[in-house]
Amino acid sequence: MVVTQNAPASMYRGVEGLGIWEHRGKVAAVGIGHSPTARRWDERTETSIGAWSLLALRNAIEDAGVSPDQVDGLVVVPAATTGDQWSPRPVPEDFANTYQLTDNTNDGLTAMSADWIIKNMPELSNLDFAMHAPGCMSNAIVVAAQAVGDGLTNTCLVLKTWNNLSGRYGHGAGANALDLSPGSAQWTHPWGWGAAALSYAYNFDQYCRKYGGNHDMMAPFIVNNRRNGLMMPEGFWYQHRPEPLTVEDYLASRWVAKPANLFDCDIPIQIAVAYLFTTPDRAKDMKQPPVYIMNHATTRPKVRGSVQTLDQVEASTDSTAKKLYEGSGYSPSDIHLENCYEGYSLFHQYYLEALQWHGVQRGEALQFYGGDIRVEGPHPISSSGGNAGSGRTRTWMHTDSIQQLQGRAGDRQVKIKAETAVSGGPTPGSGDFTIWSKNPD
Amino acid sequence: MPRPIPVPDEVSKPFWDACNEQRLIIQNCKSCDRMQYPPEKLCASCGSIEDLDWVEVSGKGRINGYAVVYDSRIRLWQTEQPYNIAVVELHEDPTITFFSNLAGVTVDDVPVGSEVQVHFEETENGQKIHEWHLVN
Repeated sequence: MVVTQNAPASMYRGVEGLGIWEHRGKVAAVGIGHSPTARRWDERTETSIGAWSLLALRNAIEDAGVSPDQVDGLVVVPAATTGDQWSPRPVPEDFANTYQLTDNTNDGLTAMSADWIIKNMPELSNLDFAMHAPGCMSNAIVVAAQAVGDGLTNTCLVLKTWNNLSGRYGHGAGANALDLSPGSAQWTHPWGWGAAALSYAYNFDQYCRKYGGNHDMMAPFIVNNRRNGLMMPEGFWYQHRPEPLTVEDYLASRWVAKPANLFDCDIPIQIAVAYLFTTPDRAKDMKQPPVYIMNHATTRPKVRGSVQTLDQVEASTDSTAKKLYEGSGYSPSDIHLENCYEGYSLFHQYYLEALQWHGVQRGEALQFYGGDIRVEGPHPISSSGGNAGSGRTRTWMHTDSIQQLQGRAGDRQVKIKAETAVSGGPTPGSGDFTIWSKNPD
Repeated sequence: MPRPIPVPDEVSKPFWDACNEQRLIIQNCKSCDRMQYPPEKLCASCGSIEDLDWVEVSGKGRINGYAVVYDSRIRLWQTEQPYNIAVVELHEDPTITFFSNLAGVTVDDVPVGSEVQVHFEETENGQKIHEWHLVN
């Protein structure tokens, strides 16, 4: 059996000083495909991430207007669970009878390999490139962009899935249930360092001490993200719980790790999301207008202490911004839309300020959130609604960036000039980022 | 409360042994003149194994921030909620940081910027861990 390999380090632009990206404007996103969303997997075959992956991929192919036999590349994020794996439970009988399985009994259930897709999508008859991108969709986009630019594939599908089993993953279970703390837990668990959003809560505390501000000032951003999410038909809140969020709701929410509350954390969901990338030449014949990739950048710093401090996080985002601008040839004033990950909302300001999006400087983000940040307004930050607005996929930022530049973001379509966008994640301290443009030049 | 007990491994054993002797030691790369904590197999900067050794430090530090945990994932800590968790930067190198619960400090009233001193607390199996207290 073929086993797809992880992308090599050479596919990531991870250091400063590389100059203009050699494939700037020579890779285009054309198709977008989503599965439905669910809060949890109900353990039916037809709602498995295997089934939903096939659906999302076929939707992306259809959206782009290509035939499956024109697809010659596939990049997949193999990690596909919010927390727990399906095994050691046996593979459900109906699932086993429906799909071709791989040696990994989690494949198609709580993991997703390119090999599983290849086995179960026979219409991809001309596929000759497959690669895994360990991480999130932001990582897979970088890998696919580089692969198309390098000529490893001409028409490439990109896939990220999320399974969400029942239960609170890792909460008082597994290593967190033990009296003994081996491995990395020996440096955290004796002091109780283990909660959602904890490091970002600590950084936010530092941020407010450094620049002024407080947690209440996050409310406009959170409320606006839900508002935008309720204009994202592909999203969880739109589909299942179309409930606006108020400032009062946000301020009354329970603490998880103060100063992070429940609404500072995105809700884990079940979904599959796919994109189709190609070359500008091939894009000419496709159904949707191309959105060109002008650069990608990766930042993975070596952390020296127990946790990244605010200074270290700011340095990471500064490096990301420098690489993004350097490789695209853009400056802050050239970027119209900003869609970096905000699933822990308390870290979004680090991207914003490093990128100097719409002129925001260090320490100014909380004030900025208090201005007109609606999609109808002059500063439509996180126009996707992000993951607070549509559930944790770490994909909405990319979907929205592509849709906005294609002019098909529906009710979310911004009113300002929207010809460039930046998206990426997952964290300000470590992640992968992309600059998009309506024009290749 | 019983804390989760650290389990030393091949890399960390010298550190935990030193804690049992009430000494705080930090891994240091002689080639890079660079400390790293938690300890690793290799120098995270140059990749050296042979240049890694241990240096004893003063045990003086400063609180540079904190959070309050209300919803811990760690079972043994769930009965203690809410609890402080502060980050202490080491006097010799502020990029080296440690966690502390700062026993005796009121929840959500951590004096950020205050000086602290290491001490060593015994866990249930006798292994000591490094903790910190305010310097008056």
